[in-house]
Amino acid sequence: MSARESILKRLRERTDGPLQAPESDFTVVTGRGWDTGERIERFERLIGSVHGEVIHATLTDWTAKLAEVLTAKSIRRLALGREHPVPVAARAALLDHEVELVDVDRDIETWKREQFESVDAGLTSTRGGIAETGSLWLWPTPDEPRLISLVPPIHIAILDSETIEDTFFDVIERHGWATEMPTNALLVSGPSKTADIEQTLAYGVHGPRELVVLIRHPQEAT
Amino acid sequence: MSVQQFTPQAFHRQAHEALGDPQIRANFRRAMDGLMTKRRDVFTDWDLETLRELGANIRLRALAKLPDLLEQLETNCQTNGIRVHWAEDGEAACRIIRELCEARGAKSVIKGKSMVSEEMHLNAHLEAAGIEALESDLGEYLVQLNEQTPSHIIMPAIHLNTDEISEIMHDKTGTERTRDVDYMTAAARAQLRERFMSADVGVSGVNFAVAETGTLCLVENEGNGRMTTTVPPMHIAVTGIEKVVEHLRDVPPLYALLTRSATGQHVTTYFNMISSPRKPGEHDGPEEVHLVLVDNGRSNIYQDDELLDTLRCIRCGACMNHCPVYTRVGGHTYGTTYPGPIGKILMPHMLGLEATKDLPSASSLCGACGEVCPVKIPIPDLLVRLRKEAVGEGRGNVPGAGVKRNRKEVAAWKSWQWLATHPAAWRGSTAVAGKLRGLAPSRVGPWTEYRSAPKLAKTSLHALVKAHRRAKDEGGES
Repeated sequence: MSARESILKRLRERTDGPLQAPESDFTVVTGRGWDTGERIERFERLIGSVHGEVIHATLTDWTAKLAEVLTAKSIRRLALGREHPVPVAARAALLDHEVELVDVDRDIETWKREQFESVDAGLTSTRGGIAETGSLWLWPTPDEPRLISLVPPIHIAILDSETIEDTFFDVIERHGWATEMPTNALLVSGPSKTADIEQTLAYGVHGPRELVVLIRHPQEAT
Repeated sequence: MSVQQFTPQAFHRQAHEALGDPQIRANFRRAMDGLMTKRRDVFTDWDLETLRELGANIRLRALAKLPDLLEQLETNCQTNGIRVHWAEDGEAACRIIRELCEARGAKSVIKGKSMVSEEMHLNAHLEAAGIEALESDLGEYLVQLNEQTPSHIIMPAIHLNTDEISEIMHDKTGTERTRDVDYMTAAARAQLRERFMSADVGVSGVNFAVAETGTLCLVENEGNGRMTTTVPPMHIAVTGIEKVVEHLRDVPPLYALLTRSATGQHVTTYFNMISSPRKPGEHDGPEEVHLVLVDNGRSNIYQDDELLDTLRCIRCGACMNHCPVYTRVGGHTYGTTYPGPIGKILMPHMLGLEATKDLPSASSLCGACGEVCPVKIPIPDLLVRLRKEAVGEGRGNVPGAGVKRNRKEVAAWKSWQWLATHPAAWRGSTAVAGKLRGLAPSRVGPWTEYRSAPKLAKTSLHALVKAHRRAKDEGGES
């Protein structure tokens, strides 16, 4: 008998007989009822508490704010996609900026060392945010692959304020994750960190040292 | 720093030594105090009891349907392109992983944190086959540099302080001696980045495996888990068969409980959900993803209604953070992969009670572990059950049951039981024993190590009360 068969057989022929499966009530992880303002406030407070940096912008001035971030942080090489509206708009706006734009729609094998050693920041869109925990949700794509939010020392994420929802449970349920899981789904809540050296927090242990979240508000809300 | 081999058989000696080591006492006390406070504070906005109830209920539901969910997980993983392997024990799991590595001609493996891989001694197995296995979680990396094993399931290097870590890094990697944690972290980052780029295989654990979608969830702060599962061309995830959950919506409550219970964090930096290898057109991620499902004693625990609760565990470590024994003796003292309360109820099933007989009794049954457990495992009850099994008074379905059974002890309790249920014999024998009290031994095993031996009173309480009443009655009449 294969390992698979004998394990399943033992589990099915349980000595104490079949078990009753209880129903679950998920009320405690949903129904927060926060309004947009509360969601944004919570999101900013929580991601801020773990060193995430939040910058507010509008749909029209966000690329200017992005350019300011690049200058302030001396970012010389920025990795970004080419198709999603966020990198498309960023590329158009940064034409005159001195930053060098690095294409990411290349197989990692062809530029692994380059990405690890000579990219200063990665820019990505996000699918949404979670107010309760101050989290971003990302579904990396061929246009914006998995590693650009991880390998460069700075990750800049663009978040639309109306895409922030109350809880992780709400996001999974409302967006039907269970029927269309991508290769990789991610929650990101702050820059990479560790407390493995005597409980002392240190940032940027393997992933980005800095996470900048640029929140885009609809015009009227600002 | 001396590197010591710890075993569960030597628990008492190791505990004695740890208690006499002020460095260990201080390191653990400080860390556990901090973790307890942080956990308490992070749950203040929550209806914690309802959340724990839900967590326990989700895990129980998963266990109730375990064989079906494992098959569903396998089917969905395979549909997604993840290959699934089954292992009866740790050795079989090691062999599967080694053969997968060899099939790719792999020489180096980079590892994300995985307690199951510790449980099956994967690193030693791979090294013996000429495959280098390097830990990438900072704590695991430090512990591996120091040729030790983790002393905590969430914070592997919690037994070391900053000076000790500085010394280890200086000795093994040539960094400057320093108390600057940022400097040491940056040095480790640089050392490991090189290895992420060159590793042939990434091996990780799994926090939750979702049957409904064929998804592997990994919880972490550092990003080494994402690196391990994204950069090398092959990713092998290894997990115990109990880690499966039924639905994707079962994940948020467990994740909420896990991070808050473990380290008092609202959330970890990364929640990494992997459902397939790199698809055509995608530019990064491994070409191959494998899932190794390890039994290693779990299906035996599964047979018994009471012991089953052990399998609800989500490996948060809150039970050890709140354990007065763990805090004083540290994680290595237990001599087992999983230390603390969860180790005491899990390891006897993996190693047998012969090796672990002292663990279930290394507890005051204060109940703190059961009170903080996010999935409400009745750990104190399970400790009592394993004590019974050890002395042959249980159901006999734990390996090594009855190993602590002592004929003299059994006879002594039987006689006591008989005496206590026969009043005349009881009165007679206590009267005699009272007269012979001078002969009672002054040393009674470990009991008198720190206490003086109990002595019988000259006259029993019963006799005293009787005498008192008689005196009173006589006095009343006069």
